[in-house]
Amino acid sequence: MLVWSRSGRAFVWALFALVFAPLVLAPLAILGIAAFAGDWNSVLPASWTSENIREATAGTNYDSLVVSIETALGASLIAIVVGTWAAIAARTAPRFVRRLTDAVFHLPVAVPSVVVGLGMLVAFSDGPILLNGTKWIVIAAHAVLVVTFAYSTVSAGLDRTDAAFADVAASLGASAARVLLRVRLPMLLPSITAAASLAIALSMGEVGATIMVYPAEWRTLPVSVFTLTDRGKVLLGSAVTVVLLVATLIVLLLVGLLKGRVEERKRRR
Amino acid sequence: MTATLTESPIAAEPVPVPVRASKARGGASRALWVLPPLVLAAGFFLYPLALVVKQSFVDKNEHVGLDVWRDVLNSPSFGDALWNTVEIAVLSTLGCLVVGFFLALVLSFVPFPGARAVGRIVDTVLAFPSFLIALAFTFLYGTAGVVNAAADNLGLGEPLVGFLYSPWCVVLAEITFYTPFVMRPLLAAFALVPRDRLDVAASLGAGPLLVIRRVLLPEAWPALAAGGSLTLLLTLNEFGIVLFIGAKDVTTLPMLVHAKGAVTFDYPGACVVAVVEVALSLTLYAVYRFVFSRTGAGRAGLVA
Repeated sequence: MLVWSRSGRAFVWALFALVFAPLVLAPLAILGIAAFAGDWNSVLPASWTSENIREATAGTNYDSLVVSIETALGASLIAIVVGTWAAIAARTAPRFVRRLTDAVFHLPVAVPSVVVGLGMLVAFSDGPILLNGTKWIVIAAHAVLVVTFAYSTVSAGLDRTDAAFADVAASLGASAARVLLRVRLPMLLPSITAAASLAIALSMGEVGATIMVYPAEWRTLPVSVFTLTDRGKVLLGSAVTVVLLVATLIVLLLVGLLKGRVEERKRRR
Repeated sequence: MTATLTESPIAAEPVPVPVRASKARGGASRALWVLPPLVLAAGFFLYPLALVVKQSFVDKNEHVGLDVWRDVLNSPSFGDALWNTVEIAVLSTLGCLVVGFFLALVLSFVPFPGARAVGRIVDTVLAFPSFLIALAFTFLYGTAGVVNAAADNLGLGEPLVGFLYSPWCVVLAEITFYTPFVMRPLLAAFALVPRDRLDVAASLGAGPLLVIRRVLLPEAWPALAAGGSLTLLLTLNEFGIVLFIGAKDVTTLPMLVHAKGAVTFDYPGACVVAVVEVALSLTLYAVYRFVFSRTGAGRAGLVA
């Protein structure tokens, strides 16, 4: 207990509400209101409509939604495979290699997303690998941006799991592949799904790199929101944002369910 | 389970053997396994970055030299963008530290019914895209926004005309979005403070402010340092919020990279700005890693 008097506590709580309400609650609430607002010229909308939400899930916006989900799943899958691989392999590698891997996979955090996008444009607009103008440049940029979170989450998971289990399995004669598939990866499952959720959430909301590299036929939902609001269609933009948040939540719930199913199977074996 | 494996003499006996055997196979083969992900990272991340640096020295007519650098560094738009970026990042970080400290303090030590739900709301904001906050701000503080309309209804006029397009609005939006990044390590650090210590301090006559200064602040320093430097790094690189608020006068370095690279297709110019931006944030990142390794703030709940 920090504040002992009743009046003192009431004062602190009032101050908390005064900071929290306008700073966190109001922005979240206002987007929900805007998504369903028909006519809005005063404090609160004069009329309500679901027209915006319908438009946000139809036509080009629907296409963008599919693009966003495909990009997020593709980029996250690549990032999870590469990040997990790097984290596990670095663990047993010599000290120098391990430090190098650590540095390389932590670096994207420090590089602005627009610069990652610019690098993609400069590197893959011509030459042996031509990605510019295809959806792969968007997916590659997203994968680069989220792989660092996959790597650090799985690394942290490795820190918490006990290496003795893998050593015991190996001492009992299990092959390296069997140890990896039956001991190490199952033990890392919580951190891998956590990394996947984080990667998907980040990728679904990514703007900076996407807006640098996206081709016309591969426009993600956040870029659509920007073009809409840029043209003054702010109400429709909020509706699309709400659709984006709901879609992200649904994908994350599905990842959670998948994790539950895998754990269930593990328990039955 | 773990304890029995490592402590019981029977189980401990055979364990070192395979470890030594695999070590005998040499570090080389184990190092080889790291190669595939490293090659991918080099090809899709390091190589493009290196090309960005190289491109900044080659102008549009393929002349190699420092011409592009001279042009960009001397342009007023670059100086403005650099100053705006640093100013907005520093102000936002300070704001996040103050607000985050206060909110975490109340949630931890003056809890109210529903405090846990509030904590969860804060956690979900972490997973949201940052442009969402900027979009919400246009409805709240725009010329025809809620605050102006409400003030007009009360006969106060429209106090916030132009606020949306000022740097202050960007700072406020970034404080909203990044405060959870400071709160999370702070909440973790506060959870480790024994409650008895506060009670003892209070029973010896210390007021809340003295307890905060003498008991809680020392515990909070590592979390504040780690959360603060991460926030400073992220606000330096923030793009979505500035883009969506779309104020003409508030150009930051990432906005300049976007304008040169994706709007006017001036790749060399964009690369120069990008190199400056990356150098700035890498320096900060090095400081962050240093603080991070010194204080062990990673265990306090920070991801990166």
